[in-house]
Amino acid sequence: MKIRVSYSKLGKIRFTGHRDVAHMWERTMRKAGIAVAMSVGFTPRPKMAFGLALPTGAESLIELIDITLDPASGVTADQLDSIADRLSTSLPVGMSVTGIRECAGTEVSLQEGVVATTWVMLVAEPDGGPDIASAIERVNNSAEVLLSRERKGEKHLDNIRPGILELRSADAELMSSLPADWIGESVGHAIVAVLTTSGRGIRPTELVEVLVPESDPPINPWDHLNRVLRINQWIERDGERVDVLTGRAAHTSVSA
Amino acid sequence: MTSLWSRLEPLLARVRKPARYIGCEDGAIVPQHGHGKVAWLLAYPDVYEVGLPNQGLQILYEILNERPDAVAERTYAPWVDLEGLMRERGIPLFSVDSHRAAEDFDILAFNLSSELVFTNLLNMVDLAGVPVRAELRSPTDPIVMIGGHAAFNPEPMADFIDVAVLGEGEEVIGEITEVVREWKASGRTEGSRLAVLKALAQIPGVYVPSLYGVEYDGEHIREIKPLYAGVPERVMKRTVSDLGDWDYPRNPLAPITEVVHDRLAVEVFRGCTRGCRFCQAGMITRPVRERPAEQVRSMIVDGLQRTGYNEVSLTSLSTADFSGIESVISSIVPDPTACGAPTVSLPSLRVDAFTVGLAAKVAGGRRSGLTFAPEAGTWRLRTVINKLITEEDLYGAVESAFASGWSRAKLYFLTGLPTETDIDTQGIIDLAAGCVAVGKRHTGRANVTVSIGGFVPKSHTPFQWFGQNSVPELRRKIGLVRDAATKTKGVNVKWHDPSASLAEGLASRGDRRIGAVIERVWRDGGVFQEWSEYFKLDRWLDAMAAEGLSPDFYITRHRDEKEILPWHHLSAGLHQDFLWQDWRASLNEFGLEDCRWTPCYDCGVCTGDGLEHIVASPIPPAGGSQGTGQDLSRGGITPVTLRSKSSVGAS
Repeated sequence: MKIRVSYSKLGKIRFTGHRDVAHMWERTMRKAGIAVAMSVGFTPRPKMAFGLALPTGAESLIELIDITLDPASGVTADQLDSIADRLSTSLPVGMSVTGIRECAGTEVSLQEGVVATTWVMLVAEPDGGPDIASAIERVNNSAEVLLSRERKGEKHLDNIRPGILELRSADAELMSSLPADWIGESVGHAIVAVLTTSGRGIRPTELVEVLVPESDPPINPWDHLNRVLRINQWIERDGERVDVLTGRAAHTSVSA
Repeated sequence: MTSLWSRLEPLLARVRKPARYIGCEDGAIVPQHGHGKVAWLLAYPDVYEVGLPNQGLQILYEILNERPDAVAERTYAPWVDLEGLMRERGIPLFSVDSHRAAEDFDILAFNLSSELVFTNLLNMVDLAGVPVRAELRSPTDPIVMIGGHAAFNPEPMADFIDVAVLGEGEEVIGEITEVVREWKASGRTEGSRLAVLKALAQIPGVYVPSLYGVEYDGEHIREIKPLYAGVPERVMKRTVSDLGDWDYPRNPLAPITEVVHDRLAVEVFRGCTRGCRFCQAGMITRPVRERPAEQVRSMIVDGLQRTGYNEVSLTSLSTADFSGIESVISSIVPDPTACGAPTVSLPSLRVDAFTVGLAAKVAGGRRSGLTFAPEAGTWRLRTVINKLITEEDLYGAVESAFASGWSRAKLYFLTGLPTETDIDTQGIIDLAAGCVAVGKRHTGRANVTVSIGGFVPKSHTPFQWFGQNSVPELRRKIGLVRDAATKTKGVNVKWHDPSASLAEGLASRGDRRIGAVIERVWRDGGVFQEWSEYFKLDRWLDAMAAEGLSPDFYITRHRDEKEILPWHHLSAGLHQDFLWQDWRASLNEFGLEDCRWTPCYDCGVCTGDGLEHIVASPIPPAGGSQGTGQDLSRGGITPVTLRSKSSVGAS
């Protein structure tokens, strides 16, 4: 059986990287005593397929992993809820399972299927130049937003505007729905952004670079990005963005 | 006592590998500080990835936190990027468990596994906001303590530390806690620091350098003596008599980021009596104390279950010597209930065919490479260093390895050993070429990598009197091996630039005057000296020159029997005359048996401390000749005589 598991990554543990999380999951499955199917070959690897990498330092309400269980594990569909509890107990502090379901073999992989993710970001107001609210307005009113990015060691000027699917200030209702240590966080302007993950994709730090004034030497986006939280991942179905785990359409729920 | 987390948090996304600083490991405790509790900050003066797996630190962390009167947290050296940000913003050294400032702890205890981390210790004490020089500390400052193998000659660190602990820490940390608890209860009043240090000096194994005076006669030491009545003239190391009483760590730390030894470690025995004369670890950890095989098994099963690891390393100084090795391996490897048939890794393997058989048993499908350490290129030089491996042993081991499917072997050698000639150095490549020839009989892909390190003599070993080779001489010898290897098919050579061996040699056998050199190197920015990108030889030479000290006196000069060595008043249990005799025997190319299976030659450790070897088997383990030339492949009889040669001129 293949299962799709969603989990959160909040607090201190956000400073671990994608590879670290992969190792954590391998240990977690063994601690929980749930046998994972292994690949065949010279060095067998557990059959676990990870969703899009979460940047080190970013938090998330919804990270995803597909796990193929070993038939010998004897896990059946009606045991999935109890498995979620076992996994949460075995995961490090700051990570817990938020959803689990059986995943058909025909479903498109997480890496291919996810087309966009929604972020809440706390961005510090720049000392000089326009504030974040007007920067958001500028981006929304522009057909072209240029960002210098490196590809294969060379600098390229990319228009990232098409990849910014939504951008606005976060409202109080959304903020009050966030994890406890986010509520009352007053460091910075809270924004919500839906960013494409197709092709090169756009990282939250890259969005920060276009929201704050340019400087020389270039800014470290982490000087401005106080916290960043992934709250949704989207796949496309019949031309519409739908939540990867629940299948709900984007317009019914942008927040978590 | 507040957490520094809110000040650190904004910095972490800007530094490399921020997971180094967050704690959150499996097995980490939630520290319970409280009135009347002695707070220990256990520090490892290198980066997190290197320090986290350290077993000594994990053991003490757990034992201390089990005590009702103690609490322990951990800290590691912040990498230079975070250190820069911390200094810029006035953030002090912090614990990774609760991100508490180091100054909130009563004891700052460093685990020193090598001399090259000495400057990092100064840096961490300074980052903690504690005066680097011990004499400037007040009763409100924590007690700065060192332990671990590199604390056996603490003299170069005498100016910076309050206390050095010699030997194993399991028992002594409790005794130290009690003394410090009393000091805390008394209010740590003005002037009380000397009193608590004197009280600590009464604990066996605890050395307080400031309570001793050193007098010099020119460059040489004339006398080392206590400055106060009641301070012991000689400090003996501590030894735990039975490892079976200490089944720690019970809650091993499993990190949430990659570290150097990312697997479960279970220590199968402590101590080693093979008697390799260059090996400080073997000399200072005697006698041999095996863990009961059943306890090893339960620690493996329990540790794998707790951590979720699927790999276990059975650690010791020579794991194939563990008398329970076969039974442990055969019960763990095929057992799927023992956490899914874990991979077993066997570091520090002996060189013989039996050992390769063990390695084959645990290797599963993977046959990447096998490592052996003959250490010297000729039998003559191996008798000098007492690494009694015959060529037949090595070729037998290699034969067995290639026949079992391996196609690569790695051979470790030291260069710059006592009495070494170019014939011995050349012998390294001859041995490697011989191994390739053996391998070619099994696979055309057979190749051998030779790894050479420059030898640095250490305190408390028979080679403590030996003048270390100079850096140019080590470079020349490494060059000889490299040149010879270019003409030898199938042999590759790896080496470290020997310049760091000068700093290591200086710190290993230095006296108190070297403290000023260490401080200069640190103030000049010389941290992370084990990392070649941060090591600059000139920094050390300039500091020596500025202090008017001679590198030759400290490093390359041979010492004689009469000389008072800087660690004269400190004992690892070995009689000084045993070490001297063993040094003479070495120069006479005379090997010494392993006393586990032969009559006691009275090195001093067992008799002096009322200890015994704890070995489950009365006969030597199967395999190899144990240097006797006998066939012991099925578990042999007690070796009696070793090959010897009439005396040849000393170095």
